[in-house]
Amino acid sequence: MLILTALSVAIVLVIGIGLYIKSEPILSKSSWGTLLTSSQWKPLKGLFGFFPFIMGTLWVTGIAIIIALPLCLLTSFYITEYAPNRLRRILVPFVNLLSGIPPVIFGVWGVLFIIPLIQDHIAPHFVEFSTGYSVLAGGIVLAVMIFPLIVSIVCEVLNTIPQELKNASLALGATKWETIRKVSLRKAKPGIIAATVLAISRAFGETIAVLMVCGNSPDVPHSVFDAGYPLPALIANNYGEMLSIPMYDSALMFAALLLFLIILLFNIISRLVLARLERKLAL
Amino acid sequence: MIRRKIEENFFRILMVLATIVVAGSFFLIVGTIVYKGVPFMNWDMITKTPGGGFYIGKEGGVVNAIIGSLYVAGGATILGLLISIPVAIYINMYLAGRNIIANGLRIAFDVLFGIPSIVYGAFGFLIMVYFGIRASLLGGILAVTLLVIPILVRTLDEVIRTVPKELGDASLSLGATRWEMSKVIIRQIRPGVFTAILLSFGRAMGDVASVLFTAGFSDNIPTSLHQPAATLPVAIFFQLGSPVAEVQGRAYASALLLTIIVLIITVLSSVLAKRFSKNNIR
Repeated sequence: MLILTALSVAIVLVIGIGLYIKSEPILSKSSWGTLLTSSQWKPLKGLFGFFPFIMGTLWVTGIAIIIALPLCLLTSFYITEYAPNRLRRILVPFVNLLSGIPPVIFGVWGVLFIIPLIQDHIAPHFVEFSTGYSVLAGGIVLAVMIFPLIVSIVCEVLNTIPQELKNASLALGATKWETIRKVSLRKAKPGIIAATVLAISRAFGETIAVLMVCGNSPDVPHSVFDAGYPLPALIANNYGEMLSIPMYDSALMFAALLLFLIILLFNIISRLVLARLERKLAL
Repeated sequence: MIRRKIEENFFRILMVLATIVVAGSFFLIVGTIVYKGVPFMNWDMITKTPGGGFYIGKEGGVVNAIIGSLYVAGGATILGLLISIPVAIYINMYLAGRNIIANGLRIAFDVLFGIPSIVYGAFGFLIMVYFGIRASLLGGILAVTLLVIPILVRTLDEVIRTVPKELGDASLSLGATRWEMSKVIIRQIRPGVFTAILLSFGRAMGDVASVLFTAGFSDNIPTSLHQPAATLPVAIFFQLGSPVAEVQGRAYASALLLTIIVLIITVLSSVLAKRFSKNNIR
């Protein structure tokens, strides 16, 4: 059992090392700096610049968080503070059901619902022409995907705030909203930040749903209606050809390594914050 | 005073609206899939493998992908259980008292849970290249196993933690070894194991990125571990990319199938968890 436990935790290390070894060839040819900041993506000429993909990832993730965070915070406050018990018992399972829906279904939904919506109703107000396949579409789909994650964690954190604290504020004549804003929000801040970081890392790694709606052109997006090409989509889309072009497999493995390192870092930070919160509560 | 009241009401309405958006998005998604999928649904979809010219709109179904998905998800869940039950027991029984190590391990599995499936897919592919395995059912199962281990371990861990500590203490005081005590605990957590199985099965069923390169794709139902296997999510993904309207329609129908399967699994897991836990000692 000790061995099994050690082995399954060691997967993290093995993945990191395996990906690093595989991306060694491209790292020995060009430096981390040029790989990360160059916009030249011409695999046939051996030019691998990841900047457009990194920007694509950041745009999509940023849009998703901007949409999801306020909505989820308001929802969590409603569920924990306002909703009557009966409604709460119905609401929570629905949020959980949402987390059970496979990514590819979100992608299909994006193609069927979000893309036409952007193409026909949103984009025409701002730009002359858009196919709908854009970082905005990716951001919206991702936002819906991270709803359950943020809501469930924030609800849990909010539930840990002592009722006496809120009662004290209410007794002083504060309205419920003022109590939320000045007491709950302040008290739940570390938890909310941890949930956000976790959501960001989830959004970073999401592959297939984003790939289906994002347009996938290797240029740096300049507006929300431009197509983007996030890192995971790059890996998923090009697996077929990667063995036929020299250095291509190494470049893709470097993309995977990059993704892995960023997400690992984000996850460790947010989990440590959440674990500390939990421990504080247990005392 | 009035300003504060207006503020209170304004935000209350905002919160209700946000809740409607968040909870409503579930209905919006399922509704869209049902609305688009139902017209293309027929018996052929779930009883036939793709015929000749399936991908230009001729007859056939996706039963190969359904079976393939069940194989991959089933295989991965069984393999994952074999690994994660001992791990969960080890964390809770053998490390009891050494909380720093146990909590460290819990965080490690949470972190593993956060690693995206595309990284597991890429890593699985690396291993397969290293050992010379071609894209096959076996490769798919291995990659998905990596994906579900953290889910299984963390779910089982949560379940074991709900077992009263006295139960373990009682068996230990009767002279049982830690392993014998674990057997008592396992009996207690059976319903929880069921929930964990369904959770991991649902996740394994729906994931694309990890099987895309490891399981491959095939029009036939795989008969051995070394044959490539189609999976339902990958089938949806491929069909949706087709320019032929008929094939796209089948993607919607396949998406409907996958949604139904996954929703049944999710609902079943919560219902069963409730029913089984009735007989437990609390």
